Amino acid sequence: MPEWKPLDRNGMAARAAADIPEGWLVNLGIGIPTEVANFIPTDREVIFHAENGVIGVGPAPPADRVNPYLINAGVQHVTLRTGGSFVHQADSFAIARGGHLDLCILGAFEVSERGDIANWARAANEPVKQIGGAMDLAVGAKRLWAIMEHTTKDGAPRLVRRCSYPLTAKGMVRRVYTNLAVMDVTPRGFVVRDMITGLSFDDLVARTDAPLLRD
Amino acid sequence: MIDKRVASVAEALAGIRDGSTVLLGGFGDVGTPLALLEGLIEQGARDLTLVCNAGGRDGSAIARLLTLGRVHKMICSFIRPASEAGRLHVEGKLDVEIVPQGTLAERIRAAGAGITGFYTPTAADTVIAEGRETRHIGDKLCLLELPMPGDVALIDAWQGDRWGNLTYRESQRNFNPIMAMAAPLTIAEVRHIVELGEIDPGHVHTSGIFVRRLVHVPA
Repeated sequence: MPEWKPLDRNGMAARAAADIPEGWLVNLGIGIPTEVANFIPTDREVIFHAENGVIGVGPAPPADRVNPYLINAGVQHVTLRTGGSFVHQADSFAIARGGHLDLCILGAFEVSERGDIANWARAANEPVKQIGGAMDLAVGAKRLWAIMEHTTKDGAPRLVRRCSYPLTAKGMVRRVYTNLAVMDVTPRGFVVRDMITGLSFDDLVARTDAPLLRD
Repeated sequence: MIDKRVASVAEALAGIRDGSTVLLGGFGDVGTPLALLEGLIEQGARDLTLVCNAGGRDGSAIARLLTLGRVHKMICSFIRPASEAGRLHVEGKLDVEIVPQGTLAERIRAAGAGITGFYTPTAADTVIAEGRETRHIGDKLCLLELPMPGDVALIDAWQGDRWGNLTYRESQRNFNPIMAMAAPLTIAEVRHIVELGEIDPGHVHTSGIFVRRLVHVPA
């Protein structure tokens, strides 16, 4: 039996949240990235941007306080933080594409050692495409982080030399948070910055396709 | 006297022709002109090209319009495999052009702003760019994108006056202001009709100059 326990979704979200400083403007993708906001202490002022034009997204409202006109990119009811504002879709993506986001965090199927990200299709010839705003967000933010399980359910590595799935963007990912470790994408490839307690470097290498470098 | 108010949804939609390109506002159901969309089903125009954020969930008015075979092409940022749009597309009964969401918004904005094309790094390194015009600008590979005008824009707003000045509530805004500018026939459904001058001029979100008709659809 391994003497380590992979992080769950909340654990991964909390780990990423710990690295977000006050004052950043941050877009969170759908899925685990959305959960990151739950782990930012309320006294740390981080501004969350939703691609449907919300700047200053706050937590979900109680059931009896839902505003039907206020949703996030995942079509979930949210609140607006004091100081928040609204823009239209073209301005919202000007924020993304124009380099105004300090950070974007996306879920991913694969990330390559060169920082390529694949997050919208599980097959090269996917007939039904679910791209949404991911391609715009990935190319425009000052830094792009990915959050994903370290391997697939079948144990196949997701940190790879080259992505096998269709790309969302090439060479944009700066850091990857998985349920096992935190890795930076550098000109030399993946550099491991942090690992869960009890996991050995060799354990991590065994679950990774791309070469890993120690910090 | 300028008065763009019409008495009914049917009157608002009069004259939409077969083969029209329809810009449809909304993100999920928020900011989607649901009464106009229901009205379009009644109105009967066929062979439509529908430009909107997404392909619609099952049970939505978009899905019903698709089921009726009235749409020959959708231009949107994603469709769900398990939806009417997804099934019709796989069966070869619906053309789909997937456009990254920010590019979709900017193409619509460009259409209203008289911009005849633009280069964007979005999707330039992906399958979306296959067979299309790209160039390096600085150190970035960029993809040429063209404007996306409509024949008709169906939009949703909160308040409107007889000149067509509009306000939106919270995230209701989404695609509506840019679509209002990108079609010669912009039709708005509004929750509230207010007197001319009642909206603070500095708080008008879409100027009435972009709106041809508005119809009152209370919440």
